[in-house]
Amino acid sequence: MSGGAVLELEGITKRFGALVANDDVTLSLKKGEVLALLGENGAGKTTLMNILFGHYAADAGEVRVEGRPLPPGKPRAAIAAGVGMVHQHFTLAGNLTVLENIVIGSEPLWKVGSDRDGAARKLMQLSATFGLPVDPEARVGDLSVGERQRVEILKALYRDARILILDEPTAVLARPEAEQLFRILRGMAQGGLSIIFISHKLHEVMGASDRVVVLRGGRVVAERATAETNPAELAELMVGRAVARPKREAHAAGAPVVVAKGLSASAGGGMALDAVDFEVRTGEILGIVGVSGNGQAMLGRVLSGLARLDAGTITFDGRDIARITPRAAVRMGIGRVPEDRHAEGVVGDLAVWENAVLERVRDFSRWGFVRRRAAEAHAAGLIARFDIRGAGPATRTRLLSGGNMQKLILGRNLAAGPRFLLANQPTRGLDEGAIAAVHQELLMARSEGAAILLISEDLEEAVGLSDRLQAISKGRLSEPIAAEEVDARRLGLMMAGVWETRDAV
Amino acid sequence: MRFERREDVSLPALILAPLIAVLAALVLCAGLIAMAGVSPWLAYGEMLRGAFGSRLAVTETFTRASPLILTGLAAAVAFRARLWNIGGEGQFYMGALAAAALGHSALAGWPLPLAWAALAAAGMAAGAVLLLVPAVLRLRFGVDEVVTTLLLNFIVLLIVGLMVEGVLKDPMAFGWPQSVPVAAGLRLPDLVPRSRLHVGIVLAVVVVLLVWLVQARTVFGAETRAAGLNPRAAAFAGVPITATLVKVALLSGGLAGLAGAIEVLGPVGYVTTTMSPGFGYAGIVVAMLAALHPLGVVAASVFVATVFVGADAMSRATGVPSFIADVIMAVALLAMLVALLFTTWRVRR
Repeated sequence: MSGGAVLELEGITKRFGALVANDDVTLSLKKGEVLALLGENGAGKTTLMNILFGHYAADAGEVRVEGRPLPPGKPRAAIAAGVGMVHQHFTLAGNLTVLENIVIGSEPLWKVGSDRDGAARKLMQLSATFGLPVDPEARVGDLSVGERQRVEILKALYRDARILILDEPTAVLARPEAEQLFRILRGMAQGGLSIIFISHKLHEVMGASDRVVVLRGGRVVAERATAETNPAELAELMVGRAVARPKREAHAAGAPVVVAKGLSASAGGGMALDAVDFEVRTGEILGIVGVSGNGQAMLGRVLSGLARLDAGTITFDGRDIARITPRAAVRMGIGRVPEDRHAEGVVGDLAVWENAVLERVRDFSRWGFVRRRAAEAHAAGLIARFDIRGAGPATRTRLLSGGNMQKLILGRNLAAGPRFLLANQPTRGLDEGAIAAVHQELLMARSEGAAILLISEDLEEAVGLSDRLQAISKGRLSEPIAAEEVDARRLGLMMAGVWETRDAV
Repeated sequence: MRFERREDVSLPALILAPLIAVLAALVLCAGLIAMAGVSPWLAYGEMLRGAFGSRLAVTETFTRASPLILTGLAAAVAFRARLWNIGGEGQFYMGALAAAALGHSALAGWPLPLAWAALAAAGMAAGAVLLLVPAVLRLRFGVDEVVTTLLLNFIVLLIVGLMVEGVLKDPMAFGWPQSVPVAAGLRLPDLVPRSRLHVGIVLAVVVVLLVWLVQARTVFGAETRAAGLNPRAAAFAGVPITATLVKVALLSGGLAGLAGAIEVLGPVGYVTTTMSPGFGYAGIVVAMLAALHPLGVVAASVFVATVFVGADAMSRATGVPSFIADVIMAVALLAMLVALLFTTWRVRR
């Protein structure tokens, strides 16, 4: 056992058929350390952590906790050894309370009744020690994602975890929540816990870890002390070549294409819109920034033709589009990139060519019959033009990576040369290489004269791409400010709902 | 142990799944037959002989298969779009009633092809309307169509009873509860002389091919598939979900209604409350065994017909109750559901 290592992985290899997900991976974690496992989607990070936690059995190699080997493929043994895992997709039951979710699985099945009070006491004590406030009696279904994640972490701590593994913990969090999470993790590490978090976001790796292990193609390609590296180096190590997000070049915007005045919409459940005004001009990107859940989803639904307005007008080249249908939007040359590409962007079980033409299948038909040749040729064109990798027209769309799926969705919208493009969270969950590609496409469409409305929770992205920015807060939209005038403080205030209105109405 | 989604569903797996399911059902039911004190080999042998052992047996099996093809297709078409039509039985009877009511005298003097077309259209319309109601209730108010279509079956059966005892009662039937007969000239011609096998089966197969063509090649087929697999994405892309599902409901109900109309015009000639030995329900089994594929429906229908026709003969020869046919169907359905699970998921340690 090397000096102070609480966890060692040695020579871990795991194959899925022909794919080598992990190839001879060796790493160790010291007590009280925060280790970042950095890598692109598909680099084998999650597989490695699943092996460590016993969800998968490795084909070769060994996992040792505090010097003792863990039996492969036994999550219970991992839990007993003090390993806790917080999955990317939470494993909580929405209809149970926080306390019930935490106790579940650590109580014997056949026990009648349970020691609720004792469990609640232990939970509140953990909550106080680690600064993770929760209400034990709240129903998990009513909690925000940030709170649910806290419950997941407490669940691991409740089972006396000394080693905590977090798989993409910030994938579902807004920036402030993410920063808070890392403060808490930092405190835990000082309290003696050892932490591994998986990420593909450079800034959080730089900000929150002591040490970084970079995984690429299933192999460890580098290990750095965080203090001795920089984002550019890490990006290059992660992708395997130098990547840079494209830069926006200033150019003059033209006439307004989409003009929205006084949009109000109320939704069952989600945040409504309240007297929203904006206009998007040709050749410009208007960025809508804000913390998630402040009305972005509703704005996207209204502009996509999926939700009805209670009040307000939207015009597109002077034509009224307030009550537009999705099909009419496609016909008029409005491109739409949905917020959730799996749920709304593509039909995963259809072929790539079918998804490529789904919006305009009537243009690829004669007498009601689909002209399959033409549709496949169109899909092949998109694949070539937008660099969609790992796919042919006949590939099942579900098999594409997130980035390539997004390129397909962007491609089918951009191929028609839209006058207006709605890009709703276009890079959420994508890795660095794919983000650069998506940004490139958006900027290209902008320079070709498209008016683009970018809705994004990623500030860096919104500020980098947009010509003008508006913040959304509780369904209301701020006045626009030019990208050149943006500073972090002002943007932060705007996102919190503090902005000057020109004239009080 | 955990389940992992397979990357792709392979065609051989999809063809193998129903075969394995049927085999599993036969093996499991062999145990039951053995418990009844009969050798399963003997029982299954008698079953095969009963279904294919003579010219009459073969024609009977295919006579039984032809309405099953249509009710199976009705279920498959609906299930593909995630419209859970359990009401094939009711739609079958509505189609049958429409054909009997119209075919008794109303079409006298019409040219034969036109009269047949009108009767088929009437049967389809009757079935379609019966499914339209639950479909609209689901689309408008979110009423679960599994419940409504299932319960409508019982209501329709009562309506049939009302009709054959009331306005459509055949006065020449010596008081038997049956409807007025279809005019003799309108009955569908036999395919094989001196048997009950009639051109209905040819019609059914033609309809299967048409539906296959529509599903695989047309815009409507593509939009239906998209709407069934991911309604949110389909709606986002501009597929009119409500209109598509209404069309699917009309098609599905229409196919089951057509089955009823053909049964009246073909082998039966009139409507009774017992004319269907569960064609609508068996159609669900057929659709599942066919993995919802139109061509598979034909093969699955022949299998189901074989079991039902063969079971009667087996029962006479060996004394095993013919209820075993229902047990085989039910077990085959369950086995198929398990087999389908394994075509899309694999077990990983």
